[in-house]
Amino acid sequence: MSTEVKQKESLFSKKNRKLISDPFNDNNPITVQVLGICSALAITVKLEPAIVMSLSVVFVMAAGNVIISLIRNLIPNRIRIIVQLVVVASLVILVDQFLKAYAYDVSKQLSVFVGLIITNCIIMGRFEAFALANGPWKSFMDGIGNSIGYGVILIAVAFFRELLGSGALLGFQVIPDSWYIANGGFYANNGFFLFPPMALIVVGLIIWAQRAKNTKLIEEN
Amino acid sequence: MKFVQNIFDKTRPLVEKDGKRNILYPLHNALETMAFVPDHTTHSGAHVRDAIDLKRTMVTVIFAMVPALLFGMWNIGRLHFAAIGEEAALLDSFLFGVLKMLPLITVTYAAGLGVEIFFSWKRDHPVNEGFLVSGLLIPMIMPVDIPLWMVAVSTIFAVLIGKEVFGGTGMNLLNPALTARAFAFFAYPTWMSGDQVWINTKGGEVVDGYSGATALGDLATTVGQGMGNPATDAVMAQFGSGGHYSFMNAFLGLIPGSIAETSALLILLGGLFLVFKGVGSWKIMLSFFIGGFVMAGIFNAFAVNEFMGLNPLHQLMLGGFIFGMVFMATDPVSAAQTETGKYIYGFFAGFFGIMIRVFNPAYPEGIMLAILFMNVMAPLIDYYVVEANIKRRAKRVAHV
Repeated sequence: MSTEVKQKESLFSKKNRKLISDPFNDNNPITVQVLGICSALAITVKLEPAIVMSLSVVFVMAAGNVIISLIRNLIPNRIRIIVQLVVVASLVILVDQFLKAYAYDVSKQLSVFVGLIITNCIIMGRFEAFALANGPWKSFMDGIGNSIGYGVILIAVAFFRELLGSGALLGFQVIPDSWYIANGGFYANNGFFLFPPMALIVVGLIIWAQRAKNTKLIEEN
Repeated sequence: MKFVQNIFDKTRPLVEKDGKRNILYPLHNALETMAFVPDHTTHSGAHVRDAIDLKRTMVTVIFAMVPALLFGMWNIGRLHFAAIGEEAALLDSFLFGVLKMLPLITVTYAAGLGVEIFFSWKRDHPVNEGFLVSGLLIPMIMPVDIPLWMVAVSTIFAVLIGKEVFGGTGMNLLNPALTARAFAFFAYPTWMSGDQVWINTKGGEVVDGYSGATALGDLATTVGQGMGNPATDAVMAQFGSGGHYSFMNAFLGLIPGSIAETSALLILLGGLFLVFKGVGSWKIMLSFFIGGFVMAGIFNAFAVNEFMGLNPLHQLMLGGFIFGMVFMATDPVSAAQTETGKYIYGFFAGFFGIMIRVFNPAYPEGIMLAILFMNVMAPLIDYYVVEANIKRRAKRVAHV
C-alpha cells in the first residue's frame, strides 16, 4: 500500500515568500528586466502621483494575476492575449474611476498613464509567464511581489526627483525657504530633475548601485 | 627640483601596494607624473617611438586655450567696468577677471579630479590626464557670475555620468566639458541664460542704456517680427558697423558671452596651433565651419526674420560657434574616428548648431546641443564609413 502523502505546502513557505522577495532585488522588473520604464520616466516628477501609481499597479497586478490564474484552464490558447487584455482593461477602468471619484487631483496628474497601465509590459509579462501556469495563491504572491518591486523603484526615483527638482516631498517644502538665492541664500533647485531624461539617469544610477552590491546580476561577456 | 623629487621618493613606500597609505597611490602617482617625466618604457613588442603621449597632447591643447582664456579674463573685467561706468586701465580689468576666474578654475579641478581620483582608486589604475583639458574648458564656457557650487555639481555630473560610467578617459561617448555645460544649462537656467548673468555689475550702479544681453539673446527677440520692422531696427542697428555687435567686435570678442567664447580671433589662433601641432583635426574644424556657413547661408536666402537675415559670416562669429569648432568638436575621443567620418561629423555639427540656434531661440546655445548630438551619432557614422570601405574593396576584388 503506497501512502503517497501529498504534502500540503504552507501558505508562506520559503518558496512562496521568495515569490515576493525576488522581484525586490534579484529579479526587479525595472532595474533587472528593464520593463515598465515609460511610466517610471513619466510620472516620477512628484512623489504623490508615483505612490498612487504604484498602489494602482499593485491592485491591478494582484487582482489580474488571480483572475487569470483562476480561469487559466478555460482560456483557449490562441486568444489568451485578448482575454488577458480584457481582464487588465476592466481592472484599470475600475482603478481609473475610483481615482476620479476619490483622488481627482492625482488622477488629473496621472492623466493618461493610469489608462496606460494596460500596456505596462510588467503586467502582461507576469500574466504570460506566471499566472497562466500557477495557482491563484502563488499568482497573487507573484503579482504583489512584482508590483511592489516596480513601485519601490518608482517611489525611489520620484523621491530624488521631487527633493532635488522641487525641494519638496509629497508637496511639502523640505528645503528651507531661506536657503534659496532669491531669499539671500545659496541654493537653487535643479531644474534638470524635472525633465524625463534625468529620470532615466536616476534609474541608471539605481541599477549601477544595485549591481555594485549584488554582483551575481553582472552578465558575463 | 631635487627636494621635490626627494618628497616623492620618500613618500613612495608609504603609498605602494603594501604600504600604509596605499589609498593615496593614485594621487601620489598623478602629482609625480605631473611634476616629472615618468621613466616607464615599453618592455615588449614592436611599438612606435614618439615623444608624444597623452600628457603632452593635453598640455598642447591647454597652450592653445591660453590666448582665449587670457582674453576672456580681460573681457569680463572690461565689461564689468563699462557697465558700472568706471574708467579702468587694461591691467585693472585683467586683474578683475583673474580674480573672477581663479575660483572657477580651482573649483572645477577640485571637483573633477576628486571624482577621477576616487574612481582610479576604486578601479586600481593611475589617474588619467584626461581631465586636465576638460577642467579648464568648463570654467571657460560658464557665465561669469555662476555660483561656484553649481559649477562643482555640473563638473561632478559630467565626470561621473559623461565619463566614468562608460569606463573613464578615452571611453566616453560625450564630451565631458559640454556635458557639464549642458547639465548646468538645463539644471540652473536662471544662472546660465537670459540677460542678467553675462556681465558682473556688482559694486556700482549700471549706466544708462546698459543691456546685459548677449548678441544671440538680442537676435532671438527679433524672431517672429518679420523683416524691416521698425521694432527690430533698433536691435539690428547694433549689428551694423559701429554697433555693439558689429562684425569686427564679434570677431575680436568685445561682446558679452560665456567667459572665453567671445574672441573668434584668438580662438582661431589656438586652433591654428592645434592643427600645426597635429593635435586638433583640421578636417573637423573645416567641415564644421562649412556646415555652419551652409546653414547660415540657407537661412540668409530665405530670410523671414532678422535673425535669419544676418550675414552668414557674422552669424558664425557670434555665440559659441568658433569655440565649439576649435575646442569642443575636435575632442579626439567623442568625435568620429574615421577620416571620412570626420568630415560628415563636423559638417552636421556646424549645420545643426546654427539650425537649433535660429529655429529655437529658447536654446541660444545650439552649438553645444548640436555637438553633443553629433557625439552620440559619431559611432554610427564610423560604422557606415567602415562598412562602405569594406563594400568598395570587396567589389574591387570581385572585378579583378
